[in-house]
Amino acid sequence: MSPRIVVDPVTRIEGHLRIEANLDDAGVVQEALSSGTMWRGIEVILQGRDPRDAWAFTERICGVCTTVHALASIRAVENAIGIEIPDNANIIRNMMFLTQMVQDHVVHFYQLHALDWVDVVSALAGDPKETAELNQAISPHWPKATPGYYADVKATLKRFVDSGQLGIFANAYWGNASYKLPPAANLMAVAHYLEALEWQKELVKIHTVFGGKNPHPNYLVGGMPCVLNLDDDTAIGAEKLAFVKDRIREAQAFVEQVYIPDLLAIASFYTDWAAIGGGLGSYLAYGDLPRTTLADPASYLIPRGVILDKNLAEVLPVDPTDLEEITEAVTHSWYRYPDGVQALHPWEGVTEPHYTGPKPPFRNLDETKAYSWLKTPRWKGRAVEVGPLARMLVGYASGRDDFKAVVDAALAKLGVPATALFSTLGRTAARGLETQLCVGWLMEEYERLVANVRAGNTATADTRKWDPKTWPAECRGYGLTEAPRGALGHWVRIQDGKIANYQAIVPSTWNASPRDASGQRGAYEAALLGTPLSDPEQPLEILRTIHSFDPCLACASHVFGPDGRELASVRVR
Amino acid sequence: MREQLVRRPSTWEVLQDRGIERRDFLKFCMTTTAALGLEAALVPRVVEALETQPRLPVMWMHGLECTCCSESFIRSAHPLVADIVFNMISLDYDDTLQAAAGHQVEAIRKKMMQEYDGEYVLAVEGNAPTKDGGVYCLVAGETFESQLLEAAAHAKFVIAWGSCASNGCVQAAYPNPTGAKPVRKLVFDKPVINVPGCPPISEVMTGLLTYVLTFGKLPELDRQNRPKAFYGHRIHDKCYRRAHFDAGQFVERWDDGGAQKGWCLYKMGCRGPTTYNACSSMMWNDGTSFPIGSGHGCIGCSEDNFWDDGPFYERLTSIPLPGIDSTPETVGKVAAGAALLGVAGHAAAFAIKHRNDPPRDKEMAEGGAS
Repeated sequence: MSPRIVVDPVTRIEGHLRIEANLDDAGVVQEALSSGTMWRGIEVILQGRDPRDAWAFTERICGVCTTVHALASIRAVENAIGIEIPDNANIIRNMMFLTQMVQDHVVHFYQLHALDWVDVVSALAGDPKETAELNQAISPHWPKATPGYYADVKATLKRFVDSGQLGIFANAYWGNASYKLPPAANLMAVAHYLEALEWQKELVKIHTVFGGKNPHPNYLVGGMPCVLNLDDDTAIGAEKLAFVKDRIREAQAFVEQVYIPDLLAIASFYTDWAAIGGGLGSYLAYGDLPRTTLADPASYLIPRGVILDKNLAEVLPVDPTDLEEITEAVTHSWYRYPDGVQALHPWEGVTEPHYTGPKPPFRNLDETKAYSWLKTPRWKGRAVEVGPLARMLVGYASGRDDFKAVVDAALAKLGVPATALFSTLGRTAARGLETQLCVGWLMEEYERLVANVRAGNTATADTRKWDPKTWPAECRGYGLTEAPRGALGHWVRIQDGKIANYQAIVPSTWNASPRDASGQRGAYEAALLGTPLSDPEQPLEILRTIHSFDPCLACASHVFGPDGRELASVRVR
Repeated sequence: MREQLVRRPSTWEVLQDRGIERRDFLKFCMTTTAALGLEAALVPRVVEALETQPRLPVMWMHGLECTCCSESFIRSAHPLVADIVFNMISLDYDDTLQAAAGHQVEAIRKKMMQEYDGEYVLAVEGNAPTKDGGVYCLVAGETFESQLLEAAAHAKFVIAWGSCASNGCVQAAYPNPTGAKPVRKLVFDKPVINVPGCPPISEVMTGLLTYVLTFGKLPELDRQNRPKAFYGHRIHDKCYRRAHFDAGQFVERWDDGGAQKGWCLYKMGCRGPTTYNACSSMMWNDGTSFPIGSGHGCIGCSEDNFWDDGPFYERLTSIPLPGIDSTPETVGKVAAGAALLGVAGHAAAFAIKHRNDPPRDKEMAEGGAS
């Protein structure tokens, strides 16, 4: 085996991730290590605080997937206390969720992932006329698909490169043999990188209308803080609802006319990646988007379930309250469990940070020891992947017509079989197909909200259990949702009106986790095995597969202990 | 790359590229000269500076944070973030947006410290854990703390983006398990501009950069090193619900009749009276709304230590406001000095003569539609 290569920092992600890999003589990954290299201890900080405040703390776990932790948190607290929210609050939360999903997926594709497939320098050789024709061929109604527009974009790009100050494009992998797009496609993608950057700030205004700001809009235990009132200009009424509808229509146009055509066009040059980066082949989705109430998973637009070993004939049920089902272990993490404890359900979660890694600065980590600030979550002892691919597969395998329609259409267009989904390309494509579904559901939820208001139903909050004096002395609850990156769960115990225990198991912990006691790899590590590098000095192919998961490390490196007062016991060796 | 770095375009060259004519450029230089308080005879020197200076190199580092500052930054409506990143500054290192990774990006970081020694702006998002040798944030096998100190030593000045870098924010809340420290507690020999907020408003972030690039100097700062232009007044002072505060019209319960009419959120815990930020004047996301505008009180996210100044839904102080303090047992336990000052000032400044009860119909129906 050749010497180990290290990718640290992994860029174009959220947070701090380190990948180490061993290659064979042909440049194929034989061994891989994924390490989360940050820890903030937010759940420790939550100890003893007011559960109604927890959403604001946990929302700050991540500002890229902003809102998702707030949603999981208020659901966990409401579940513990026994609060049911008004229908409008559920619909508005669904709209917040969908807005986040669409914006995050588009930004991931263009700003975080595209440069793994798109060669910016090659775009300089793109012919504007040819580029316009290509764009018109894949998206006949997009108004910017003109030779003049592409001539302008090309000129701007040329001036930028000629300036010598390449900024975020400096020292990258341009010209690497594994870039396959022709110059015109590269130029089109660079133009859409800039268009997506400008557009994404429009969609999030839906968060600002309902939540007051983005990133980090406001939520409320018991409902939503915004009010619906057609007869007051300070409330959400006809004008603000019309504003929201326009943002949704813009989103539909961008997703249908830019993102999806680009995704399929780029994917058609990289169908070899339908056989690379598959990894575990087992998937978990909690599902979300209740059409009735949260307590009725059968009404979810995104269904819940587990798929094992690529078996699409069976979707297994998930029980977040079963103490044996979802657990976390710390065998290869920089934490310590009490003697004899192997794995713990989040309601019983214990965490004591215990750094045993090499003293920085260091060159390498060692996968036979502890090597990450991430714990190792498992479902019934199995390593599973979470994220858009997991959700699309669970929807597809559950026989949902809407899921089948978009998946089958994409497979047909690319001319690949369903097994192509179990791959890096499948992961990236699933994210786009999910966006297509989400943008449609967003308009449906908007119409449901308008229908309620039309019928005179404007309630957004139920405050009957707002006062902690109305709560049971002791209670516990869970809140599940789907972050753009995958299944997210919060578990809380409340005692005498205060948080006694709080635990989050987040998507990137599932995906980026270190191996467990039996040596089972997490999704990143498993997916990297067998990945070929055309130039071992340039980790381009590693980035492709890692980015296909959309890593979010500030989320992943959480921890929580039942007694937050006595914490770190760190041994630097 | 190295050869390419030798020739960098000036502001004038960039403006030319963007279709600005010489005549307008000279006008711009004259205005800038006047704005800088320089005499007219110095116009040629400003022209020369803007003709020859390259785009300002920026190193953007990430410590313990959630990346909400970067997300806010890319929401900027004026100027557009693409304009900033591709035309106004040279964002040479930023691990969130950078195309390169691993040792290629480390090489950029090292080269910047060498080739732009004392010239680049260090923008810091997040903060450094200092406990246990700094092992709670590691980048390229080094502690973030060591990378931060090294980068600051070679920087021209430092921008501390957001509440993490300015004040510590959520990971520094009690008991601060990682010993997280804001930039100002680690860097002492360089100007540090604090831009607090969780996150800061996007146009505050880009507005600061525009100020520096347009006027060639740092903006005036307050005692906490925040730009006065954006942190000069309390949210309460410019809040459109202020009239309801003065009139004693308060939201008493979520979604009640007062909430429906946009009354003051002070009793729901709003921190507007003690929070310095531009939310109520500039608003968020291109003027769309701000927290109070969408029915939730301000949580004070741009103030030092705001996480430990809760619970968020308890009102600020126990100062009795005649006629409106109907439930004294729920009055806030935290009476920070600043809070006292802020609200006491108000209490002295007005006298509430009567109380307007919010209409009860809505309140009676609360939850009824669920």
